[in-house]
Amino acid sequence: MAQDLDHLGRPIIVVTGMGIITALGQGQADNWKALTGGVSGLRRITRFPIAGMRTTVAGTVDFIPVDEMSAPALSQRLAELVIEEAVAEAGIGSKGDFPGPLCLALPPVEMEWPQRLALAAAAGAAETVDYAALLRAAGSGDFERFYRRFLFGSVAEGLADRFGTKGSPVATSTACASGGTAIQLGVEAIQRGEADAALCVGTDASVNPESLIRFSLLSALSTRNEPPSAASRPFSKDRDGFVMAEGAGALVIESLEHARARGAKILGVLEGCGEAADGFHRTRSSPDGKPIIACMRRALDDAGLAPEDIDYINAHGTGTPENDKMEWVGVSTVFGERAGSIPISSNKSMIGHALTAAGAVEAIFSLLTIRNGVLPPTINYDIPDPALPLDCVPNVARPGHVRHAISNSFGFGGQNVCLVLGAEPR
Amino acid sequence: MRDRQALITGAGLVSCLGDGLEAHLDALDRTGMAGPVRDTTQFAPFPVHPMVALELDKQIPKRGDQRQMEAWQRIGTYAAGQALAAAGVKANPDLLGRMDMIVAAGGGERDYAADSAILSGLPHAADPGAYLNEHLLGDLRPTLFLAQLSNLLAGNISIVHGVVGSSRTFMGEEAAGTDAVRIACARIAAGQGDLFLVGGSYNAQRPDVLLHYEMGGKLWKGGPRGVWGRQADGGGMVLGSVGCFLVIESRAHAERRGATPLAHIAAIRTDRCRRDPGQAAAIATAQFEAMRDGFDPATAAVISGASGVGEATREEQAFLYPFGLPIRATATALGHSLEPSFPANLALAAGAVARGRLFAPLEDTEAPMEAPLRQALVTSWGHWRGEALAVVTAA
Repeated sequence: MAQDLDHLGRPIIVVTGMGIITALGQGQADNWKALTGGVSGLRRITRFPIAGMRTTVAGTVDFIPVDEMSAPALSQRLAELVIEEAVAEAGIGSKGDFPGPLCLALPPVEMEWPQRLALAAAAGAAETVDYAALLRAAGSGDFERFYRRFLFGSVAEGLADRFGTKGSPVATSTACASGGTAIQLGVEAIQRGEADAALCVGTDASVNPESLIRFSLLSALSTRNEPPSAASRPFSKDRDGFVMAEGAGALVIESLEHARARGAKILGVLEGCGEAADGFHRTRSSPDGKPIIACMRRALDDAGLAPEDIDYINAHGTGTPENDKMEWVGVSTVFGERAGSIPISSNKSMIGHALTAAGAVEAIFSLLTIRNGVLPPTINYDIPDPALPLDCVPNVARPGHVRHAISNSFGFGGQNVCLVLGAEPR
Repeated sequence: MRDRQALITGAGLVSCLGDGLEAHLDALDRTGMAGPVRDTTQFAPFPVHPMVALELDKQIPKRGDQRQMEAWQRIGTYAAGQALAAAGVKANPDLLGRMDMIVAAGGGERDYAADSAILSGLPHAADPGAYLNEHLLGDLRPTLFLAQLSNLLAGNISIVHGVVGSSRTFMGEEAAGTDAVRIACARIAAGQGDLFLVGGSYNAQRPDVLLHYEMGGKLWKGGPRGVWGRQADGGGMVLGSVGCFLVIESRAHAERRGATPLAHIAAIRTDRCRRDPGQAAAIATAQFEAMRDGFDPATAAVISGASGVGEATREEQAFLYPFGLPIRATATALGHSLEPSFPANLALAAGAVARGRLFAPLEDTEAPMEAPLRQALVTSWGHWRGEALAVVTAA
């Protein structure tokens, strides 16, 4: 039917199931309650010793147990749980048989210190333990499970196998824009007619000593450790970096026609996607903001909407001095005089920066914002930054009627993705 | 529809065999006689196929950029520049500004000295946790992270070559490479893009990747035997350093800008299974059935991505045998390179088809081919996952 197609004659893509875990908790209901209540999920790290660390705060997900803890192990477990929630809500397929591809956003996978140390121990007592020693120990055959666990393909493989998604699963990394990219991959597959539905997932559980230190060495993290709940301060004048966090988000997306035909409840519409790469610098945006501007404009064009149609912006809003400044450059250019009056809030003020998962998690929060007519706040907004004259929904949630929202995701390596999300079509 | 056919209009390829696609095709003709290029000493008892010495300045002119990267990124960024130059799009900001990039990547090199110091000292430390933190904070070069992040190969290509239409990185060993190409071709067919840069890179000369595959028992530690010849002794793979990028574009776009195509990716499919016995063969059979229209065995050969790892390689061998086609398992010469192995095999297939001649056998069991080469069946079974099949034809 014509009303199932968008302004470019493509299938309209809708969301029919969502699952979410953040530092605030598990499931849509608990997360939404805490998010709109202005609760911070950030806390002192207890997972590993923090002696000597400049940053001791994170949004870890410590309430989900996992065997043989590692970033891919917990990332996979979080993904399993959010997929279960999303698939149950969508009521799609049958157990172990999801009728479409898996598009997964995943942090890079690498063997971690506990495994390296286990190999070193197996290598035997020696003054110096080098890689040659580890290699000798590796040949024993006792570490086959490490090989499997730390394949880059292992998480997607495990999920594809468990949920019976179709075809080769794609695991994407566009750094902190990955969640947005995973959704875009699913949208495009349905638009091409490859599938009627797709499972789009972002997951990240990589708070471990080396990951924390890597970001710390790049001076990207907040060092405002006391109290942990106040560390993430997007748009505030005294913001000093982001706070690493964990989480996962899963979205069941399908063509409107497919959703209608099976009588599915429609939670919202994925109206458009835009992306642009930035060749300026490995960690910094082009000072003129052109790629950020381009990605937002491409998303609006893709959705067939004008800037005037957007009622709310779910900011990337990491709380680094650089990001928030550049995001404002982009928003103020794209939205012009309206920029200061469109509500733009940062979920990261409460859940921290879930890195690879952030784009998927925040797309879900954007859809809940639209559905519930409540704008989640930006907490810790105590000292406005005069250089960023925006309405960040300071500190307290408020009602707001949102027809169309955008959700921004930007990442190291010049990654920029913008999603346009809308209310259920009438 | 003809306009939306996916053409390879440029290829960049570097490995132990040389610098550039033509150098590879020439070297492959000699490999069967001369034997493969292997380094058997640096990581003994594990042989690797080492990267040829690259004049990095040719594709990465700024020394500052070279210093910011680790080897896997330099290899990939170099190959990407070569592909862009071959396609005639290099330094063309209009085209690069709307070029879509899909990179298949693993992760970057570690600081092996720092790792070794920590592994040596931590077991004797009074407070192991504090020791780890102190040494990671003190010993890691702050920018090393950026040389390790999977998506920073793409990031470096954006910075060095100005490919900024879009940038996506896929992870997942062989499957990352196969899906990168498959999705680029599908997007071209569906009008979701006209001009793509697709590929990846692999540095095999690093102890951490050897460690990973040795834990899995996947490595060949014997003499210079071919992929097929190793099977009598259980099989195994020899990792190879490879960088490969392809410029893939719609026929209409290539014609409009007067580009000379190398070859046409007439069909490509990817899939996964649990690898129960026979499952991958059933998938490959179905994939071939879906692309056999117009496939002419009289002028065709197989460019196989067989890794050498036992089960997958033997199952592929059994699948290919009934075709009766000349087969070349390129890992015999280049080594197996995980993410870029499928793009590299597409490049070699495209180059051979463009020459109209298959290169010489790489080992005894591979048959010579006298007939002109018009089509190539390119396989990937992956060493554990990553199944794909493609047909590459003359442009």
